[in-house]
Amino acid sequence: MTAMQTAPAAAGVRDDDAVRVRGLVKRYGGRTVVDGLDLDVRRGEVFALLGPNGAGKTTTVEVLEGVRTRDGGEVTVLGEDPARAGRAWRDRTGVVGQTTGAGNALTVRETLDHFARYHATPVPTAELLADVALAESAGTRVSRLSGGQRRRLEVALGIQGRPELLFLDEPTTGMDPVARRSFWGLVRGLRAAGTTVLLTTHYLDEAAELADRVGVLAAGRLVEVAPPAELGADLRRVATVRWTEDGAVREVVTREPAAVLRDLLAAHPAGEVPGLTVTRPDLEEVYLSLVGATATPEGEPR
Amino acid sequence: MTAVLTPPRTRPAPPSAAAIGLARTGMELRLFVRDPAQVVFSFAYPIVMLLIFASVFEGEDRPGGVPFAQYFLAGIAATGIMLTSFQAVGTAIAEERDRGDLARLQTLGTPALGYFLGKAGQVLVTTVLQLALLLTVAATAFDVSLPTEPGRWLTFAWVAVGGAVAGTVLGIAVASVGSSRSVGNGISAFAVVLQFFSGVFFVFSELPPWMQEVAAVFPLKWMVQGMRSVFLPDSAAAVEPAGSWEHGTTALVLAAWVIIGLVVCARAFRWRRTA
Repeated sequence: MTAMQTAPAAAGVRDDDAVRVRGLVKRYGGRTVVDGLDLDVRRGEVFALLGPNGAGKTTTVEVLEGVRTRDGGEVTVLGEDPARAGRAWRDRTGVVGQTTGAGNALTVRETLDHFARYHATPVPTAELLADVALAESAGTRVSRLSGGQRRRLEVALGIQGRPELLFLDEPTTGMDPVARRSFWGLVRGLRAAGTTVLLTTHYLDEAAELADRVGVLAAGRLVEVAPPAELGADLRRVATVRWTEDGAVREVVTREPAAVLRDLLAAHPAGEVPGLTVTRPDLEEVYLSLVGATATPEGEPR
Repeated sequence: MTAVLTPPRTRPAPPSAAAIGLARTGMELRLFVRDPAQVVFSFAYPIVMLLIFASVFEGEDRPGGVPFAQYFLAGIAATGIMLTSFQAVGTAIAEERDRGDLARLQTLGTPALGYFLGKAGQVLVTTVLQLALLLTVAATAFDVSLPTEPGRWLTFAWVAVGGAVAGTVLGIAVASVGSSRSVGNGISAFAVVLQFFSGVFFVFSELPPWMQEVAAVFPLKWMVQGMRSVFLPDSAAAVEPAGSWEHGTTALVLAAWVIIGLVVCARAFRWRRTA
């Protein structure tokens, strides 16, 4: 899978964004679920919307898919407004659903053969079966598939039309670790083939593993957008220095740990500082700070 | 990962609603035959009803001097059509929406028309099979003499097709306006009452006039009447409310319900549980 290391093939060809959202608002009754969201997804990238349950991830994606109305804002997906886009536009997008849409009495192959007839340029069933590792189960009825196999069939249906933009709403929920790994490989392959992927997840490792960029969603707004390694760069500058003094653990949270260390060393001219550690927040701590689930180290907002 | 997943540079128009309707008809029929309960109910219910009523009223003659089995065949044929169209479609759509199948079809860009055509195709095939089975059993086991004139079979054909189309469209319409839970129970209850009012189980002309008037609003009464014109001698037309078979009115009522149903479908059809 060396192709994933190179820049997305489509990035240089098309200069417009796959998704452009400005000031998206969605309310259910009096409750504002999406509150002035701005979002850009570039052609050819894997973008992960990360956030806790109820942050507005699914609602946002449903608006982008054109299956939910919005109460405000501008939305452009593949150059069109999803609220008004037609069938040709839908054929260019792929959605991985929560059911196959054809009942459970069909076999895997029958299901794929049936839905191939909905697309302008479907992937041949045999290829699709191989790509999602379901060739062995082609003759099995959907009702007899395991949860992971069923999920892979739903993924196959989502990519069957060779979409330019694929929506994956919490794709690996319920998958075992092996199935997750193999699914990640599939997403990398799609990216290498030039497909733009917008996925939602509440798994940090999944976002870090797959995404070119991560958007952290909290209370209906994007609080940060960055490549996974740079997420919360400001938060990561804060370090915690810990040591033991008079039998008690002492802790200093600082942006200048070196200065704290200099003072500590000066105070211990005889030698070692017992229990000395310097730590910076890991991705999980950064994420929790961003979504406001815990107090930040220095008590800063966000 | 295969290269075929690469999005194509140019993309032809997606398949037409008619092509998807055809694909769906095949798929719906496949699902139908894999659901034994539905197969048995659709095909055996009319025959069992014929058996019960023909046995209970054995020896009683009905208007026109025909045996009861022959009189009753008209009502049972019409109610069978309602079963395989209105009831089956309304219930199925409510279930599919509840399961999220329709939401999936929506994200796939399925044209609503293609979805409807699939339902209609499945209804037509199952209705034809059901009627063929019913008529065969009636002729062989109950000695009902089937008509020989082509004109009567032509009437049979247009009443059956008109009834099935009206039933399909109205099944979609009811599933569109009702919530999933209410549709399942509501359709069955409504169908039972309508069958009594429309003269499926009794001689229509012996029902109270108010019941006849209520029934005349709905398609089933006209389907039963159309079927009587197929299976009963012309002399029996004298006891009909209008003294004739009223083919013109039957066609108009069926057409009107098809149009009403289409308007409701176009305005109210929903892919998702909540609007």
